[in-house]
This record gives sequence, structure tokens and C-alpha cells, in this order.
Amino acid sequence: MPIRVPAGYDVAHLLDTGVLILSFAFLYHRRLFGILKLYSVQALLLAAAAAWQAYIQEAPHLYITAAIALFFKAITIPIALHRIVLRLKIHRSVETVINIGPTLLVAVALVGLSIWLVLPMTTSSGALTRESLAIALSTVLLGLLMMITRRNAVIQVVGFMSMENGLILAAVGVKGMPLVVELSAAFSVMVAFIIFGIFFFHIRERFDTLDVHDMERFRGESR
Amino acid sequence: MSGPPLEILQLLLLVALAPLLTGFVRKVKARMLGKIGPGLLQPYRDLARLLRKDVVLAPNASWLFRSSPYLIFAAIWFAAAIVPTFANGLVLSRAGDLIAVVALLGTARFVLALAGMDVGTSFGGIGSSREMMIASLAEPAMMMVTFMVALLIQSTSLAHIAAFVLSQGVGIRVSLGLGLASLAMVAIAENARIPVDNPATHLELTMVHEAMVLEYSGRHLALIEAAAMLKLVLYVSLIASIFAPWGMVMGTPDPRGVAIGLASYIGKLAVAGFLLAVFETVIAKMRVFRVAEFLGAALLLAVLAAIFLYVSQGV
Repeated sequence: MPIRVPAGYDVAHLLDTGVLILSFAFLYHRRLFGILKLYSVQALLLAAAAAWQAYIQEAPHLYITAAIALFFKAITIPIALHRIVLRLKIHRSVETVINIGPTLLVAVALVGLSIWLVLPMTTSSGALTRESLAIALSTVLLGLLMMITRRNAVIQVVGFMSMENGLILAAVGVKGMPLVVELSAAFSVMVAFIIFGIFFFHIRERFDTLDVHDMERFRGESR
Repeated sequence: MSGPPLEILQLLLLVALAPLLTGFVRKVKARMLGKIGPGLLQPYRDLARLLRKDVVLAPNASWLFRSSPYLIFAAIWFAAAIVPTFANGLVLSRAGDLIAVVALLGTARFVLALAGMDVGTSFGGIGSSREMMIASLAEPAMMMVTFMVALLIQSTSLAHIAAFVLSQGVGIRVSLGLGLASLAMVAIAENARIPVDNPATHLELTMVHEAMVLEYSGRHLALIEAAAMLKLVLYVSLIASIFAPWGMVMGTPDPRGVAIGLASYIGKLAVAGFLLAVFETVIAKMRVFRVAEFLGAALLLAVLAAIFLYVSQGV
């Protein structure tokens, strides 16, 4: 199928990049509900990317991955987080540790780093796999960066989830990833999400805030 | 029809269409806000009224203040002549490339900022300093997009770029999409549109472009306003010629091709004007100090475009 490969390549590249751009949007955005909406859109793109990979790799089990991404990540988790935020009645503007400008600079540097790391390692595999891997690694790193630069615990959880989106992106890009791996990743994230949700209420009850900076002060780690 | 008449047609067409585009954007915005709004021809009437009025000069205005409207209009008009609009490869398009367009726009902005400070009022100074801040952030993003396109197409000539994109040499390129987003953000900032500056306000603390031209009147003001309208058309043409050159006349122009080119060009202007009006209606103006983040994001998108270009071509 020499004609279908380049077209599939373009679309896969486009969807992967969309996921990455949304990771950048997380770092740029300041409002809690806006970030939750962005997360939902990112999960939607991830589902589309997985479905597209299922189509071009002719691997039907990836449709299950796409369905998990669609139902759990694009719909259930954002709605649940939204309700938690409403019930906790917390302040909805997001505090950042570093300003947004430097954060974005670091983010671009991380993308450069991951491309620099992945490209020489994967010269033997196809171009599609290589790029998917580079983009997925950048998404994971940007998720980590988001957890570092934001003080609000809810946003840190969204950073964790978007990191996991990057892992799924890497998994669907590689040929022959067994379904068990993806299923277990998806369910561990669900479990983590439930635990986080319980923790939110405990933190809120004890410290009266979800700003992790205040917890550091309580432990005597900073001023 | 051969080259030179078409070039003259383009020059006249741009000046003739510029107020119409501005009027169209205002009309769509008014309608979206539930108002009827002034007619589409109102900008022409405004310009005609200003041209009929006398010029009032401050006593300490220098020659720079008097000559800069002509310089600004000439620089932007010439830059607009370089950009392919309805036909590709016109005579003047060989006179300069994308970098020349950026330089001409920079010259116009420099002269305007000097003129804003010339009379010595505080508003002019504020406007000039803000304009320079925005420009110093917008220009790197614009240059980065230029470099990205030059890397992809191996040319900075706008005629070559349009021809290359039309020749189906590029598929759906992620880099081009990112570049489009970046250039659109730069265009919004450079044209003093809403998230960055409000073209319709005279509120002291928020105005940028209006603050600089506060001292101008009569035909000078008419020229500056016309130059601002022309700049909007220029940016739309620039984006259309790089990212959507479809319908443009290629090679030797025949009347039918020219008619198709004109129709598609006016269609593109209308689409761009409509999108701009929608965007301006749904978004709120940001604080002056947030502009740095907005344009930083534009620069970042352009850098990402270059990085992805390397990835998709690399190794």
C-alpha cells in the first residue's frame, strides 16, 4: 500500500502534534476550568490518534485503547474533576511557581531534548514510529514540567494525566504493543485518580487550601 | 494583459479594497453584538471627510511630524505591492522577498513611533513605547516563521513560496499549520486588533496605536488611517499567499484567469475579515503586560514549526 502510507503518516503526525500543542496550552493557560477543558480536548485527540493508528496498522485492539481514552479521559475524568473543584469551593485562578514566559522556553527546550534523544536511538525503525516517539516523550516531559511549575494540586493531577496521555501516545505509535499493557496503564490511572480525589478532600479539610506551597510551609521545608 | 498593467491594477485594487475590508470587519462585529452598525462604505466617507479638513499642527511639530504620514503610507503601500494577491509573479514581486516586506513594515513602524514622540505629549510617548515593545516581540516571531518557510521551500521570495505550495509539493504539513497560527497571532498584534490593542477605543490607559496618532488631523490622519487599513489587507494577503494561494493566476495571465484570481482573492479577504470579527467578538482585550506572553507563544509556535520541520525531513 504505497499510496496510503504517506497520507496516514501526515494525519498521524498532525494528531500527535495536536496532543503536544495542547500540552503547551496547559502551560500557557491560567484558569482551572479552562485547563480541564483543554485536558478533555487532549484526550479526544489522543483517542483520534489511537483510532487512526488502529486503522493504518490494521490492529483492532487499538480501537479499545481509543474507546478507553474517549470515555474515561475525555468525558469521565474532566467531569469528575470539574465537580470536585466545584464542591471544594477553591480559588480558581492558578498560581505558578515560575512565570509563564520562562516556562514556555523550558518547554521548547524539552521538546528539542526529546527529539535529540529519540532520533539517533531509533534510526532503524520507520519515520512514523520515530516521530511518534519523539512527540510522546515531549508530551511526557511537558506533563512533568506542568507538575513542577504549578502549585495547585488539581493542576498537578492534570499534569500527571497528560503525562500518561504521552505514554499512551508512545504505546499506540509502536507496532505490536500488547493490549494488556495499555489496559493496565489505563486502570492504574483510574485508581490513581480516585486516590487523588480522596486526597483532595483530606488536604482541603486540613490545610484549607489546595496550594501545595502551604503544605511545604507546614512541613517546615520553606520559610 | 501583461505584467505592468496587472501590477498597477494590484496597487490600485489594494488601496480601493482596504477601507472596504475594515468596514466589513466593523459591520460583522456590530451585527454579532446585536447592533446594526455603520454601512460598509463608512470608512471611505471618514477618509474623504478627513481629506477635506484642514491640518492642525502643534507649534513645536517638526518636519518629521509632517512628513511621516507620507513615508508610512508609501512604505506600507510598497510592501503590499510585493505580496502576491490575485496574480503571482508580478513585476514588483521580484523587487523584494518576505524579509523585505518585514523590513518595510518595520520602517513604517519606526517612523510612526518617532512621529508619536515628536510633539512631546505624554500620550504619544506612551503609545510609541508600547508600540515598540509589541514590535520587538512580534518581529522575532515573524522572522522565525519566515525562516521556517524558507527552510521548507528553499526560498524567501513570496512568488516562489506561492508557486511551491500550489504545485502540491507540500502535503498536510504540521509545520505549516503551526506557522499559520504563529503568523496569525503576529498579524493580530501588528494590526492593533483586540487582544493586544483595541482599534475602536480612545480610553487612555489601553490605547496603543491611537495614542501615537492622537496629534494628527486632516489629511495626515487620513493617510495614517488608510495605511493602517492597508496593513490589514497586506497581512491577510501575506497569510493567504503563503498558506492558501489557491485560485491565484500563475504564469501568463489571461482574462479568465485574472477574473478567477480576483474572485478568489476577494473571497479570501471576506473569509479572513469574518474570522477576525468573530475572534474579536469572543475574546477580551488583555492587559498590556500579557501581550509579552501572547507574542511569546507566537514565537514558540514558530520555533516548534521549525523543530518539526527538522523532524519530518531529518535523518
